[in-house]
Amino acid sequence: MDGERRGPGFWVLTVFFVLFVLFLYGPLSTIFILSFQGPNGGLTFPMNGSSVHWFRNLLFEQQAVGDFGGAFTRSLLLGLMTMAATVVVSLLAGLAFRRRFLGSGPLFYLAIASLIVPSILISLGIGLAFQVLGLNPAWYSSGFGAHLTWTLPFGLLIMFAVFNRFNPAYEEAARDLGATPWQTFVHVVLPIILPSLIGVGLFGFTLSYDEFARTLMTAGSFNTLPLEIYGMTTNVTTPVLYALGTVTTGFSLAIILLALVTIAVLRRRRARRLVT
Amino acid sequence: MTLSRITPYLQASPLALILLAFLVLPIATIVMVSFWDYDSIQIFPAFVFTNYEETISSPVTWNTYLNTLKYTVIVWGLTLFIGFWVAYYLAFHIRSATMQMVLFLVCTVPFLTSNIIRMISWIPFLGRNGLLNQTFMAMGLIHQPLEFLLFSDFAVVLAMVHLYTLFMVTPIFNTLMRIDRALIEAARDAGANGWQILTNVIIPLAKPGIAIGSIFVVTLVMGDFITVRFMSGGQSASVGLMMSNQIALLQYPAAAANAVILLVIVLLLVAAILRIVNIRKEL
Repeated sequence: MDGERRGPGFWVLTVFFVLFVLFLYGPLSTIFILSFQGPNGGLTFPMNGSSVHWFRNLLFEQQAVGDFGGAFTRSLLLGLMTMAATVVVSLLAGLAFRRRFLGSGPLFYLAIASLIVPSILISLGIGLAFQVLGLNPAWYSSGFGAHLTWTLPFGLLIMFAVFNRFNPAYEEAARDLGATPWQTFVHVVLPIILPSLIGVGLFGFTLSYDEFARTLMTAGSFNTLPLEIYGMTTNVTTPVLYALGTVTTGFSLAIILLALVTIAVLRRRRARRLVT
Repeated sequence: MTLSRITPYLQASPLALILLAFLVLPIATIVMVSFWDYDSIQIFPAFVFTNYEETISSPVTWNTYLNTLKYTVIVWGLTLFIGFWVAYYLAFHIRSATMQMVLFLVCTVPFLTSNIIRMISWIPFLGRNGLLNQTFMAMGLIHQPLEFLLFSDFAVVLAMVHLYTLFMVTPIFNTLMRIDRALIEAARDAGANGWQILTNVIIPLAKPGIAIGSIFVVTLVMGDFITVRFMSGGQSASVGLMMSNQIALLQYPAAAANAVILLVIVLLLVAAILRIVNIRKEL
């Protein structure tokens, strides 16, 4: 901002930013370190030796409470379902909103309302609606719907951002060359927006995988992973809790990395294709 | 021709159906059940105002709502301050677009990991034998461990700022990136100093982003119950927590009445923010 010279403001804000990043990542890194506590270690520092005891305990031993494997499987499946539905539904809605249609205003406000209404209301509302209708809530029905009310608005907003910047000249060119609407979509529109769709998918998966409040009353009789972890916080007092935290955070980070790498590869491939 | 005319409706219908089924219908159910009656084992259809009367006439409710508003104001102020300067730094002080992207991702990644684990991760920091107390004791600053660090209002606010600042950073960063740099040049040429540029050019243009971030933070804090329960160790109350306790006791109509009141308050707050700042052109 100050041309070549860096003013004092820059250094003050750099320190501020570094502190902010430490604030974001510091606590997470402590539970990462503490999950490698020795077998006699406790929930706080100092480290009492170091081992993978608690990971082994988490993965291979029967826990006194909870069903980690089952909860993880349910969360994974639910995340994948939410991801697929979020990508498809937001893409379709994003395409719809490129044109004016009757009710587009109310539908838009409804989607925004879905972001604003507190999670516990969605949870309570869906739980009650299922009860009144005489249906049994389950993670794959009521829980799935509850997660979609959180992921779809994000997906829709990303699609808005994408289509606001989308140059319609590409589609016109395809049409002029005789492509059908379907061919235009598959061969022109889809490849261009594919990186953004992966972003939508990433949001859909991770937001669902980590969602707690919306699942609370909608999961039915089987817990998802965040519910399971929350249950563990009240009655597990060993570092196995941190081991679980490390494993699931590592899983989230791996998913994020996978999505980012895929996006980067797609971008690069497209850039190369444009050159040749 | 007719097919292309109905295409947008077909494309929008999955979204509309999902929102009707899992947003509109549930909220309608909450409103309906808030007039129902209940005893210790079940709820049954009725049209009574007792749920609202009991909620509004209880001083506990008022204290809880005030406490929730207190959290909202404090967390809003802190996240706005931190979020604005982080976004400002990224938008105006980082010059390479790649670096900007990388640092922005560094700020965004924790948002995509579990809130509960991010809350748990404060325990080894703030606990009685936590890192902070150990450090302070080793430095001789204190002789007794500080008790207020964990399971207190302090811990609740800290965790909320930790969880929700990103919701401020992202929209503000977005609006700052869209500010035409020529405007800043023009202000400087006209003799404005850094502070004047900030208050007369940048902040007014960043208002939509600030408003969107504020809506996120206000609604998240107003509806929060898990952070309050976990970080206060059950010693503080919030509206969401009161509701989840009522739910646990199967007092669904009471929880529903609370939910309706909470929803009205949240919508009023959002409407107030939208009255002050017009965000339409942001969307």
